[in-house]
Amino acid sequence: MSRGQIILRDMLARPSGAIGLTLVTVHLLLALTSPAIVPFDYKTMNALDTLAGPSGAHWLGTDHLGRDVLTRVLLGGREALLVTGIATPIALLWGGLAGIYLGLRGGWIDEVAMRLVDAFLALPGILPLLVLITVFGSGGEVLMPTLAFFFGIPVIRVARAAAHEVVARDFISAARARGHRPLDIVRRELLPNVTDTLLVEGAMRWSWMLLGFSALSFLGFGVSPPRPDWGLMISDARVYMSLAPLGVIAPVVALSSLIIGINLTADALAKTLGLDQSRKAVV
Amino acid sequence: MLELVFKRLMLGLVTIWLVSVIIFLGVEALPGDACTAILERDAFGDALKACRQAMGLNDPALSRYLSWASAALHGDLGISANGQESISQMVGYRVRNSLLLAAGALSVGIPLAICLGTLAGLKRDSWVDILFSTGAIFAMTIPEFVAATILILVFAIWLGWVPAIVLTPADAQPLEFFPEFILAALVLTMLMVAHVMRMVRSSVIDAMASDYVQMATLKGVPYWRIVLRHALPNALLPAINVIALTVAWLLGGVVVVEVVFNYPGLGRLLVDAISGRDLPVVQAITLIVAATYVGVNLVADILSLALNPRLRSHRMRQG
Repeated sequence: MSRGQIILRDMLARPSGAIGLTLVTVHLLLALTSPAIVPFDYKTMNALDTLAGPSGAHWLGTDHLGRDVLTRVLLGGREALLVTGIATPIALLWGGLAGIYLGLRGGWIDEVAMRLVDAFLALPGILPLLVLITVFGSGGEVLMPTLAFFFGIPVIRVARAAAHEVVARDFISAARARGHRPLDIVRRELLPNVTDTLLVEGAMRWSWMLLGFSALSFLGFGVSPPRPDWGLMISDARVYMSLAPLGVIAPVVALSSLIIGINLTADALAKTLGLDQSRKAVV
Repeated sequence: MLELVFKRLMLGLVTIWLVSVIIFLGVEALPGDACTAILERDAFGDALKACRQAMGLNDPALSRYLSWASAALHGDLGISANGQESISQMVGYRVRNSLLLAAGALSVGIPLAICLGTLAGLKRDSWVDILFSTGAIFAMTIPEFVAATILILVFAIWLGWVPAIVLTPADAQPLEFFPEFILAALVLTMLMVAHVMRMVRSSVIDAMASDYVQMATLKGVPYWRIVLRHALPNALLPAINVIALTVAWLLGGVVVVEVVFNYPGLGRLLVDAISGRDLPVVQAITLIVAATYVGVNLVADILSLALNPRLRSHRMRQG
């Protein structure tokens, strides 16, 4: 068995991993197949049938414009998954490489870069994203590079710390003494030793990015209507919450189950790789 | 000790300065400036030139940065892009309201988090611990706006106990917010309790496994006394920094919660400013929040240095 298979088997043996991976898989499958299986068109409005309760035709009722809630919930995660699915690896890659470089290099460049990282992280929560949106604009397409950039910054810190631990070890000194070039040292000695940390970090970042993306959609800076998105749906439907609670509950359940699924998966991955130090500090 | 405090202070100031530079450059990179925003469709030709001249926008970027920064140091945050309003006045009440919300959440949340965390740590792996820890993970993973929406649905709409949103204007007396801001404070309390509780739990577990607690047990010190006098004071030290991070987050990161509940705080002002592309206001709020964040963390660092002599002898961890 390859290492990947062993890790997967170990993760599935844990309750958190089994539940988490199932949730994530179901969500991914639904995101891929939903355009083919949804019962209605997501943007067809029906002024005569707004805010309806569940019925044979509309299992989850209709929203304030008479659109089918089930259809929109099934489609509502696709943009979020696509954007974060591309932005997470990019964030991990650039943040990871930058962090490893700084950890290996040290010196004044490292000092200056870390002060910049601190400055970026001195804005709590969703605020730095909002600032970046002010600069670069909103909408799903623009958000991808913004998210990839912003979520790469905390990765720098994690990768740097992980690299620091490795740099101090003897085999790095040995490689240096053998006269390897820095790039070779990174590729052959450092990367294999920090990949696990980066994998766990990536899983956590993915869930945070999804949180950020849907919060932005909720605030009106993410997916633009009439395209379906859970954050946007919750924002629209909460005005009519007393008349059609399902319009809120359905996207809430969908979004929460995906995020909880990713978190459980990340948790199981961390435990399987032996990296579980409750170091999920507030970022 | 003094040297360490001084070093932290300097680092904090450097961070705030860098934030101000990043914000300034970010806004600088945008197409359009204050004059195109004020003049809107008339922004061309002589009118635009005259306005830029009057507002000093033709000066080099460095001198504009310096005048903006020095005015901000004196408490003058400039004027908003559209309304010609003084930002300092605009922001004043909003800061107070956000502080009010934070104070409400903190005064309930911190004692609660310490109690729950201690209980979960002492009764490790019992059903109490499992219940609290699972609850904490749920509270931490579910997005704020989802938690807020669920609470509104249950408490405001189905049960009708509290109002769903805040309708009080920004400049109202603090007491006027009272029944309306309960749900908003509750959401923040929940999130905060989850973070702080986990921290307290793990440090209580560490402290109870330590040699001095074993020593006290063998000496026959009563259990409650071991917990209160020996374990807790040591266990709560690391929690100071988590509490500080949470406070900073409460002051700035409550954007979503304020929007959901229509609460007239700093966060909602920021979202409004971004929607209206009111850049000076965005600049000002970002600076306030960054300064608060750095300030609160600095206080926490100094506090833990003062309370924990062990930290003073080691070189302090960075970051």
